[in-house]
Order: sequence, then C-alpha cells, then structure tokens
Amino acid sequence: MATIKFTLNSKAQTVDVSPEMPLLWVLRDTLGMTGTKFGCGMALCGACTVHLNGEAVRSCITPASAFAGKNVTTIEGLSPDGNHPIQQAWIEEDAPQCGYCQSGQIMQAASLLAKKANPTDADIDEALRGNICRCGTYSQIRRAVHLAAKMKANGGKA
Amino acid sequence: MSAVNSTTNCSRRSFLSGVAGGLVLGFVLPERVKLAAQAPPNNMFGPPPAGKPMAYIRIGTDESVTCLIPKAEMGQGTGTACSQLLAEELECAWSKVRMEHAPVDPSLYGHQTTVGSMAIRTSWVPLRMAGAQAREMLVAAAALKWGVNASQCRAENGFVVNSASNARLSYGSLAADAAKLPVPANVTLKDPKQFRVIGKPVKRLDTKDKVTGRTKFGLDTRVPGMVYAVVERCPVFGGKVASFDATKTKAVPGVKDAIRISSGVAVVADSTWAAMQGRKVLEVQWDEGAGASTSTASISKMLADRAKEPGVAARKEGDAAAGLAKAAKKIEAVYEVPFLSHAPMEPMNCTAHVHADGADMWVPTQSPTSSRAMAAQTLGLPPEKINFHWTLMGGGFGRRGEGELDFVPEAAELGKALMGTPVKVTWTREDDMRHDYYRPVSRVEFAGGLDAGGWPVALSAKVACPSFFGGGRGGVDQTAVTGLSDLQYDIPDFLVDWRVANTIVPVSFLRGPGANQNTFFAECFLDELCALGGKDPVEVRRRLLSKSPRLLAVLDLAAAKANWGKPLPAGRFRGVAVGNNVGAFNAQIAEVSVTKGKVRVHRVVCAFDCGLVINPAILTQQIEGGIVFGLAAALKGEITLDRGRVQQGNFNNYDVLRIDEMPVIETYIVPSAENPSGAGEATVPPIAPAVVNAIFAATGKRIRKLPIRAAELV
Repeated sequence: MATIKFTLNSKAQTVDVSPEMPLLWVLRDTLGMTGTKFGCGMALCGACTVHLNGEAVRSCITPASAFAGKNVTTIEGLSPDGNHPIQQAWIEEDAPQCGYCQSGQIMQAASLLAKKANPTDADIDEALRGNICRCGTYSQIRRAVHLAAKMKANGGKA
Repeated sequence: MSAVNSTTNCSRRSFLSGVAGGLVLGFVLPERVKLAAQAPPNNMFGPPPAGKPMAYIRIGTDESVTCLIPKAEMGQGTGTACSQLLAEELECAWSKVRMEHAPVDPSLYGHQTTVGSMAIRTSWVPLRMAGAQAREMLVAAAALKWGVNASQCRAENGFVVNSASNARLSYGSLAADAAKLPVPANVTLKDPKQFRVIGKPVKRLDTKDKVTGRTKFGLDTRVPGMVYAVVERCPVFGGKVASFDATKTKAVPGVKDAIRISSGVAVVADSTWAAMQGRKVLEVQWDEGAGASTSTASISKMLADRAKEPGVAARKEGDAAAGLAKAAKKIEAVYEVPFLSHAPMEPMNCTAHVHADGADMWVPTQSPTSSRAMAAQTLGLPPEKINFHWTLMGGGFGRRGEGELDFVPEAAELGKALMGTPVKVTWTREDDMRHDYYRPVSRVEFAGGLDAGGWPVALSAKVACPSFFGGGRGGVDQTAVTGLSDLQYDIPDFLVDWRVANTIVPVSFLRGPGANQNTFFAECFLDELCALGGKDPVEVRRRLLSKSPRLLAVLDLAAAKANWGKPLPAGRFRGVAVGNNVGAFNAQIAEVSVTKGKVRVHRVVCAFDCGLVINPAILTQQIEGGIVFGLAAALKGEITLDRGRVQQGNFNNYDVLRIDEMPVIETYIVPSAENPSGAGEATVPPIAPAVVNAIFAATGKRIRKLPIRAAELV
C-alpha cells in the first residue's frame, strides 16, 4: 500500500492504495466516482478515458504510481454543470444511446478540441478510433464534435 | 442440456410470424441456467394489463410527470418513446416529463421483458390508454372541485381548464384527488392527425445524465459495506471445478475469500481490482468434461454431416426438387456463419445483498420478472421478498434477456454465501466474451433454379444449426429459419428445411435472431441466381416481390435514392439486400470499394418502413445502430473454439466497428399510418448481404462464409 496524492477535478485527493492499482478502480471503487467506465481493462475500448495533466489517457492501465502528483480530470469534473461545449453539443445532437461509452467518448473528444479548435473528419477519426460505441452512435458523435467546435468558437453558442 | 417448457399466449417468434395463441414453446437452456423454470406467465410478451393508469404515471406537486416505463431502457430509446405514448394522451407539457424504470410488479405490469423489438408494439395501445385514463381522472377531479360537469372541462398542456370560466387547475394540484377516482372504462384515443408528441423528434429524456457521468448502470451500483467479486469459470463449456487451492489468492492484499459456487470459484475482495489480482494466482483443477474435444473445425464438420440427414420442413411450396429438375439453369452453394458474441459495452454484472428479511438485487436486465424469479429460486425465497432494483444497461442486444440470465442466480448464490454482506459480481471483458450465449453457427446448402427466361423459379435451402428456442410450428425452431421461412419472394417451388445440430456452446438470441444469418444466406444466394440469369439484382427482387407491397416500396425507394443503375465514382460498387423482420421492412444499398482485399463501406442507403413512427430521431439512431452492429459482424465478428475453449477474449481479437470505419448512412423513413412494428433489430440482417453483394460486383468473388476475409479477395 502507498499513500498517493493527486489532484482530482481541481481538488486535492489522497488515497491509500497499491501503487499498481489502476486509476479506473481507484476512481470507481475507492472513491465511488462511477462516471468513468470499465469496458475492457486493456486500453482497447476507451470507455475509461480521463485526462491526466490534460492528456486523454486510459485509466484502466494507468497505475497509481503514474498519476501520483498529477492532475486528473474525469467526466464528473469536465465542467461545473455539464456545460462544456462538448457536453452541450452531445445533448444538442442527442448523441448517446445506451450511454455507457459516452464518458470516454466525451473525454477523448474534449482532449481533441483542446488541441484542435476546428477538427476535420480525419482528425476525429484519428482521435476517436480507440473509443468503441457498440450502439453505433458514430454519426451523432461526429456531428457533435463539429458542433462543439462551432460552439466553442462562438463562445458557447451554436 | 435441458429443456424447460413454458406455455405462452403469444411467443416472441410467433408474434413476429403473425401466429398468435396457444403455442407451446421450449426454451432449450444450457446446463448452467437450468434454474429458469419459473411459473409460466399467462401473457409473457403481451401488453401489460390495463386499468391502472397511475401505475405508469406519477405527477408531482412540482408539476413533474414521471413516466414509469415497464420496458427495459438499454439504449434503444424505448423509455423516451413510451413516455411519448403516455404524454400524448395525458396532455401534459412535454418539458415536465421524466422517466424511470417501473418497479418489477407482475400484478401491475404483467411479465416485464424487452425482447424481439416488441416494446412499442406491445405498448402502443395500452400506454396511450393509460395516458387517456389518467387525463380523464384529472379532468374528473377538477370538475368535482369546481362542482361542474366534466364535459365543460378540458385538459390542456398540464392543466384542466374550465371552458365556461377559463379557470385552470394544474395537474400537480389535482393528482392526489384524481388517483382516488375510479378508472374510466371507456376512453377515446386520439386520431393520429391530432398527435402533438407522437411522431415528433423530441429529445431523449436521459441524455443529460449520460453526458455528465451521472447515469447509474448496473456496474455502478454501490451499497454501504459492499465487497467485490470476480468469478473464475471453467474455460471449457460444460466443465466443472474439480478442486482449487486459494492459498496464494488469499495472500493478495485486499482479498477476503475464495468461495466455490455453481459457476466456478468466486474471489471476494475489497475492490474489483484486488479480486482480479487474487484470481490471477488462483489454482483450479478443472473437470473439463466431454466438451474439451470440441473445436471450430469439428463443429463445422458436424454441421456438414447433419446436412446429409433429412430435415423438418419449415416452409414448403410447390415441389422444389421437381422445380430444380426442370429448371433451365441451376446452381448450388453452401453458406456458413460463425458464433457471435453480443459484447455490450457494459459487461455482465449483478449486485446481491442477501439479508435476514430477504434480499436486495441490483440487476441490469432486459427481463426483470424472470431475473427476480431466478434469484428467488436460487435463494429459496418468494419473489416478493426480493427488493429488485432494475438498473439501466450499457447495451443489451439479447445478452440480458429471457434465457440469458446466468449472471443473476450466480450473484444471488454468492450473496447467500456472504449472508449479510452486499457483493457486486463483475464479469471482466474476457468473462463476458468467453461465457456468452452466442449467436449460433449455421450452415445452409442451397440449390436454385431459373426458368428459360432467367428468372428464379425453384429454391431449396437445407439449414443445419443449433436450437435454443425449441420446436414451435411443426417442430421447427423458428430462430433457426427466420429470414428464410418468411422470405417474401414469390418462388413457386420453394423448400426450407432444418436439422438440429447442437453443440456444447450455449446459444441464444442476438439482435435480429435467425434473420441475422438467414438474410445473409438468402440475399446472397439470390444475388448468385441474378448473376446466373444475367439479371439486375434490383429488377429480380422487384419482380419477385410483386405480392409484398411494403417490401417492394422500400426497395424502390432505396434504389431511387442510391441512384441504382447509374454510374459510381471509379472503384466503387453497389450491392442490394432487403429484409423483413420484427414486422418492419427495409432495403439497403451498400457502396463499397475493395483495395488489396481490404473492404471499405463508404455509404449505405436504407429505406425503412415500420409503420407509424413514434420518434423519427430515435428511429434513425436505431436504423443506423443496427447497420453498425451488422456491419461489425460481417467484417470482423467470429468466435472460434479450440479444445472446447473460446479463443477470443477482448476487443483485440473480437473487434467491432470503429468510427473511422463508419460509412455514411442515409436513412429514408416511409411515412405510414399502419400500426407501429418493431425497429431496433430490423436493419441488422440486410447489411451483410448488401456489402457481400457489392463485393461481388467489385471483384467477381462470392463470399459465402462470414466474416469477410481479406485473403479471399486478393
């Protein structure tokens, strides 16, 4: 066991866990933050995507030792009230079906938008091809990313 | 294998094939869920009993209208669509509508299950009735309050208005009084021309929670004092634990115990991760049983051997043998599909808290009534002693429905062993993929003949595949032949017969059961007949569909929208397929290119008719989702066996469709006043044949075995 200190959604956080324990399970089981999802455990599906120092990472393969001292942002902390442009666009396009993969999709898309203000379809493919949606919401996701870029450029309005 | 028989008035499949009443079904269930023997429900899949409208609607003093949805919301949008049915007749303000799963209560809702794309079909009348009855009760309550005749009051946007005085009372202020009034026996439902909510693309009611991480799926269940478990199950189907040594497991920090249960050995810990670590060092000796000699090759051979045996006729018109004998031209071909895994994004899981007063169960299930019955049987409790928490689901696709509920009694059994301590059982992705109830393998031997003009006139399809739904009409498992036996083509000499070919592998429903393999078989072989006769595939279908106007109409619409027959950009080719299942009709035209064996699906045009549409936006999502699901199977889906073990385990070797492989899908919904049919499964079946037929157009090569393999195309 080790005492791991990190910043979670802008607040200081301390957990006593094995240094090998993945962030996914620290979030879900230790801290009770279930917005980040378990899908594959091998960084194959993207359902567990969070931001580590602003970069999208797969929390299922990020051990405690790797996030100690860093900034972690989860879906719960992406915005104060679900009003990040990506989330607003997701609502506008009604992107989710079952919704299980969408935390990961949104965190991945938010990371893309932070780097590229106006992503092309090819940029979206490249950034999001690691995020599986079994319901098949890819068309809605693509439209929502473009809409979010537009909203961000227009100060939050479509 | 064991057969559990139950009698229903209206079976899943008989509903689809239009045969209602008095059918005897047999669910053939694998050994590990023999527990499914529940009391046979009177109306297993039919509408919930009418007469208790307030069971579906809860009106708050804050004017909120909560729709209690007796069907499973698993992403298909049924919660929103069912709310539209209720709200339309209730005359409430849509902005006030919320939704949640109804409680599990057969006395109020009948047998609750969501399978076979039947949620809207079975709710279309009863939920509108419930909304109308509730509205009349609110009007009656207002009339009593005002001391006027109800006929001078009308319901309007969440208020009852006194037409004489223009006084208004809100639903929230009337709800308590209204609930005490008698339920009106006769209410008149609106003419569809008056619909304000039905038919509109209103937003889903559950999106905000899904984009903020607040939605609670089964796996998100947290109960004070809970522990976490994973289960090591025998990798060979039918195998059992001979012995195990948990010494190393118990030395792993966080691990509390290792407990033998019916399905294997459960490792219990203070976190999911600790349980997984403990499981890694668990030493189990398996009694693998007879299944250990089974492989994909042995199953394939067995299917081929079965084909030599006589089959049971599923459809017989004219004389196929005679028709083939006198045909001007004929061909034969063998088609085959593999097992498929459902792979919903949320793996199987269940949380159980067994305590002195009974039990609490948190279950992500399509079939809560059966889930509760199975847990009750495991625990030796009456169902009413189980406080059943019906959670949302991260996908279902048939993995969480009737006959696929192994994850429920398993958790109950472990909960009983841990009496007093709540336990969440999490299936890893590998557990989920290696212990599924798979879409069965299937093999068809076709023979088809043309007349002197080159038109198809004789068709024989000899099917061999496993059975899981038991013998229905004439002893034929309808899930084995759906998609062939209900083919709409007018072919005078036509035979479909089936021989059972069971394996050790548990099989069951997967989105579009039966049709998801048989439409591939039928539509690709028809394409072979078109080529043999030198005919255009749309032209042949048009001719053969002269007696099926709705299917013909979607074919014509798709062909027009896809510019069938007109030139395409260089390197692109079209293929067509049609499908009729779950009461819906659709035609799909795929545009593909093939480069060095690599298939790229660029565009799919889908014309769709499911009768009256409740929500065109959600319907469009279902149409697209079905195409994505079917395309994943066509391009990649294959579960194989070696030594009785599933060789795939995760998305690295059982991949699904990803965003960069997503075609442009154009959907054209046919306006219709027909009663609504199913939708969620309807577009899965035609996409594989549309793509495979396009590949033939591109390469001249026939793919007769899925998934499509690059090696066969270079």
